[in-house]
Amino acid sequence: MLRLIVQRLLLLIPLLLGLSILLFGWVRALPGGPVQAMLGERYTPEAAAEIEAEMGLDQPLPVQYGKYLLRLLQGDFGTSLQSGRPVLEEFITRFPATIELTVVALVFAIGIGIPLGYVAARRSGSIIDHSAVVVSLIGVTVPVFFLAFILKYIFAVELGWFPTTGRQSATMIATHPTNFYVLDGLLTAEWDAAWDALMHLILPGIALGTIPLAIVARMTRAAVSEVQNADYVRTARAKGIKPARLRSEHILKNAMLPVVTTIGLQVGLLLSGAVLTETVFAFSGIGSFLANSVFRADYPVMQGFILLIAVVYALVNLIVDVSYGLIDPRLRRQQ
Amino acid sequence: MSDNPEKKTVKETAEPTTASSTGTSAASSAENSAESSAENVVLRVENLCVDFRTENGAARAVSNANLTVERGQTVAIVGESGSGKTTLAMAVLGLLASNGSVAEGHIWFKDEDLGKVSPQRMAQLRGTELGLVPQDPMTNLDPIMQIGRQIDAGLIDNGLRTRRDARTRTVELLDEVGLPDARARAAQYPHEFSGGMRQRALIAMGLSGRPALLVADEPTSALDVTVQRGILDQLSGLTQELGTAVLLITHDLGLAAERADTVVVMYRGDIVEQGPARQVLTAPQHEYTKRLMAAAPSLASRRIEIARERGLDEVLDDALLAHGEETTAEADVLVSVKDVSKVFSIRGKGLFSRSTGFTAVDGVSLDIPRGSTVAVVGESGSGKSTLARMILDIEKPTTGSITFDGGVVGAGNHRDQIAYRRRVQPVFQDPYSSLDPLYSVFRAIEEPLRAHDYGDAAARRARVEELADQVALSKGQLQRFPAELSGGQRQRVAIARALALSPELVVCDEAVSALDVVVQAQILQLLAGLQENLGLTYLFITHDLAVVRQIADRVLVMQEGRVVEEGTVDSVFDSPATAYTRALLDAIPGKDLELAL
Amino acid sequence: MSANELPVTGGPAAEPLHTSIHGDGPGGQDHGGEGVWARAWRTLRKNPVAIIGAVIVAVFVLVAVLAPVLAPYGGSELPGRTEVRPTMIPGPSAEYPLGLDRYGGDVLSKLIWGAQASLLIGVLSTLFGLTGGLLLGLLAGWFGKSVDFAIMRLVDLMLSVPSLLLAVSIAAIAGQSSMAVIVAIGVVQIPIFARLLRGSMLAQKGQDYVLAASALGLTRRSVTMSHVLPNSVGPVIVQATLSLATAVIEAAALSFLGLGGGEPSTAEWGRMLTAAQQELAVAPRLAILPGICIAVTALGFTLVGESLREALDPRNRTRR
Repeated sequence: MLRLIVQRLLLLIPLLLGLSILLFGWVRALPGGPVQAMLGERYTPEAAAEIEAEMGLDQPLPVQYGKYLLRLLQGDFGTSLQSGRPVLEEFITRFPATIELTVVALVFAIGIGIPLGYVAARRSGSIIDHSAVVVSLIGVTVPVFFLAFILKYIFAVELGWFPTTGRQSATMIATHPTNFYVLDGLLTAEWDAAWDALMHLILPGIALGTIPLAIVARMTRAAVSEVQNADYVRTARAKGIKPARLRSEHILKNAMLPVVTTIGLQVGLLLSGAVLTETVFAFSGIGSFLANSVFRADYPVMQGFILLIAVVYALVNLIVDVSYGLIDPRLRRQQ
Repeated sequence: MSDNPEKKTVKETAEPTTASSTGTSAASSAENSAESSAENVVLRVENLCVDFRTENGAARAVSNANLTVERGQTVAIVGESGSGKTTLAMAVLGLLASNGSVAEGHIWFKDEDLGKVSPQRMAQLRGTELGLVPQDPMTNLDPIMQIGRQIDAGLIDNGLRTRRDARTRTVELLDEVGLPDARARAAQYPHEFSGGMRQRALIAMGLSGRPALLVADEPTSALDVTVQRGILDQLSGLTQELGTAVLLITHDLGLAAERADTVVVMYRGDIVEQGPARQVLTAPQHEYTKRLMAAAPSLASRRIEIARERGLDEVLDDALLAHGEETTAEADVLVSVKDVSKVFSIRGKGLFSRSTGFTAVDGVSLDIPRGSTVAVVGESGSGKSTLARMILDIEKPTTGSITFDGGVVGAGNHRDQIAYRRRVQPVFQDPYSSLDPLYSVFRAIEEPLRAHDYGDAAARRARVEELADQVALSKGQLQRFPAELSGGQRQRVAIARALALSPELVVCDEAVSALDVVVQAQILQLLAGLQENLGLTYLFITHDLAVVRQIADRVLVMQEGRVVEEGTVDSVFDSPATAYTRALLDAIPGKDLELAL
Repeated sequence: MSANELPVTGGPAAEPLHTSIHGDGPGGQDHGGEGVWARAWRTLRKNPVAIIGAVIVAVFVLVAVLAPVLAPYGGSELPGRTEVRPTMIPGPSAEYPLGLDRYGGDVLSKLIWGAQASLLIGVLSTLFGLTGGLLLGLLAGWFGKSVDFAIMRLVDLMLSVPSLLLAVSIAAIAGQSSMAVIVAIGVVQIPIFARLLRGSMLAQKGQDYVLAASALGLTRRSVTMSHVLPNSVGPVIVQATLSLATAVIEAAALSFLGLGGGEPSTAEWGRMLTAAQQELAVAPRLAILPGICIAVTALGFTLVGESLREALDPRNRTRR
């Protein structure tokens, strides 16, 4: 198991190196060239000269790349044009918000998707089956930000059940030791703050979680359909085990294997979707910040965030692979 | 398909014989009246019809089946794939696929009508009174649950053992089926077991509740022949000891003859014949059983049989003479394989682990005389297919050389290679993957002609039709696609395609293994006839010794990449020199059948 | 496929007693001489889901192509400019059946022109992705070994960035134009197609018929072109259909992020949806209408793609 983790971590290195080369090339391919891209509206000949010297633009490309890589290793991902703060700092302060949002979305997707898919497969042809198909179709055909609009319009603007924007009501005064607002509220025993933060997460969470919900439900349905017709399930029935055990130990557990992999892949979708959802709800996570950077052509932020998001995505999939190994003994075997 | 004139008469004759069949299993009760034998009846199937819902409406998989199984008796249901034999067995267990249902008739188990009992009662019966040993050990164990736990669960849920002492019992059960080191093995997962061990575990599972009736569905057909016999012995020993009645489902007449008291023959959903094993096999009544018997792996050489049929005694004499005087035939060796080895490198699983060599073929030499049939026999992994691929020039030998008609194979340039392809053609095992699904039969047979610029369109058409005629395919079938053909028809197409360029050597890699026995016999007959007419040379790669006996002149036995025995078919079969060959021969089911007839 | 209509009878002369799952069973219709694609077509024609999808797609394509005829106003015309006030955006009327937007554009006309824009982006970007993906997949599947390894690592790299972010960064290089959006969405599809085709070709290469074809003396090129490739394109065609749906949605997302250039009043569904954000409380129809157009179009392509996948599935093919 440890070997698997180490191996996967080692495989991350060439991936990140490749990605850094691409992003290094990307900045140079931007319209106006790298200096313009790094300075944006703050462009002055002096600043340009400074940047040029820092990036060593007069040197050959491999040397420039080497310097870029060295800066990355020191945690220097560049400086945001919008805020003037280091990109890494911007990422770290905003990331907890996005984690909170992603967790809510995943809980929504898994909490509804798996039971829905399971029941749909077990009662093939029933109303639940048909509704699962409809849900999974809606999930993949409705644009995330359109869904976010609609939810916001109905439940926040018209009905007023949830707040329309932000992470926290303007009137709320709370301390934030970790930047995970719900967690902060619980830690400092400011219950109303925790509740308020949670309410702010519900609508964006649902909007963001709908696509993964559709995919998880669909995958679960397919996996359960296949597993329940597997030979070993028939054999298990032939030995007379109780239906409850058949469901929990044979069908559900085996069906979860492909679903777990699918959930890992959804994180990529969630991070994409967060850019749109956070923008609609003016929710200050990495997504809305990145969307803003796109608007304002804040290339250092785009460059840094894409690299950091790829790292997060790869790590999440590593965790998924490891947990897959926990369920499937075939992967647990040591060579 | 319902208006089968023979069906009724067979049934009438079959029922009385079933009653008297007790004689074989319990000699002492042979004199008993019908009344007491009724008491002994474990299972009685009455006019059973099973339907499957399909897109095109209900399809009847089993119609009007009648059979009885008595205590301690083994009843074999014999039939080809699709004959409804497994469906019948699954109906008994109440485990039909979700689109299947019992349409008519009754299944009496002891005093209960299984069609009327509640699902709860049925679940209770399974695992206590009814047991199953399924067909494929690779798919019938839950891959992510420990073997022991899979058996524990049944014991606990059936109230046979408590959670605490279930494992002790499981270990006993695994021990009983001959699994070494059962306690440690019980904590392992299926992927850590070999096929034979898995099947043993499944037998332990099937017998864990000490059922009165065990359904054994092709219990060994997925295993290598040498493993099969041991498992079957274990199974019959145990059921005899426990007095378990067995419903044995098999496609193998030899196996049925050897293991069963009563044989039930099914064909297209109908029971066409049943009775005491010996009687059904020695004096088959129904046309289908007769065909099945005629096609059953016979120890008489098919070639000799064909010669005899035609009254060509000279051919026979020639064949026999050729066996005796090998030295004179040496001048006409078509293929000569000299000390050939093949090493595959296997990439290590780890990131930095080195690749290791795996020797698939290890120093093999053989000669194939022109116009003869040489068979290479071995179990899976023996290297026989790799050898065939090297002769086909698909794989290159690591060391050693292969010569064909005096020229070294694989030595020339691209042109020589293409010329070689015209002279050597393969027929592969799986008729479902050896034809391109997008090509019609006509295009498939025409393809080699086009590739080698054979005549114009009209000439090619004439040649394709000639070939189709040779392999007994009708003109209408030329327009069809592989998915629309049966396995036997596909294999005919593959043979026609192989013959298109008039090759000298045809390499048949398990060419008949995937076919049902009647079709298998037809294809072998076709191949023998073609050899006679076209003067072909065959290299037969197979795991099936019965096939070898039917078609080959010489045979090589391979084990783990080496040739362990070589000789004429007669000498190898009559006096095997190595223990391995003897084990292979012993493993042929129904060897005794031949003696009985 | 003229043989389709031939009344070929099922029972072969040589094996009258043989049965197999492929034999003509009770109630089974005989479709002699029918290839894989013909069979898939027959399955599709009977599938109501496929028909619904096809109708949606047909309507969408018709509207897009006939936009100049159907739309009452031009795509960039603002006929109601004088009637719109910041506080009041006129709703449906006789003159403007779906009302006006805040720039004074006729919503109906803009939706119709938007269909054309979506079709163009969808088809072009999918073609772009398909061509690139097929090229890479073919190279990898053909040469194998180190070429395959290099291409697959590149594909891994592209897939390691969430798709929208990849599209955004490519659009940033390609500049502010609708072409940039097409290229961005197309590039995102490349690794998907490449991986799909390669996997599919690899699976086919292992089949006996490919081995048999090379043993017949066919060159590697003709084995690849006449056997491996035609048998591998099924999943790729399915994916292309589904990609059309994704492209329409992704194009809207890129517009939402301000990419693609042009006026904010451009007749394009994503742009309309983005602009409507400001008036959500005043005129929700401005958001709902283009949103529904995007969803329904994506639904149409998805239904067709999924039905096609089902019809081509070999597991369904062998089952009678």
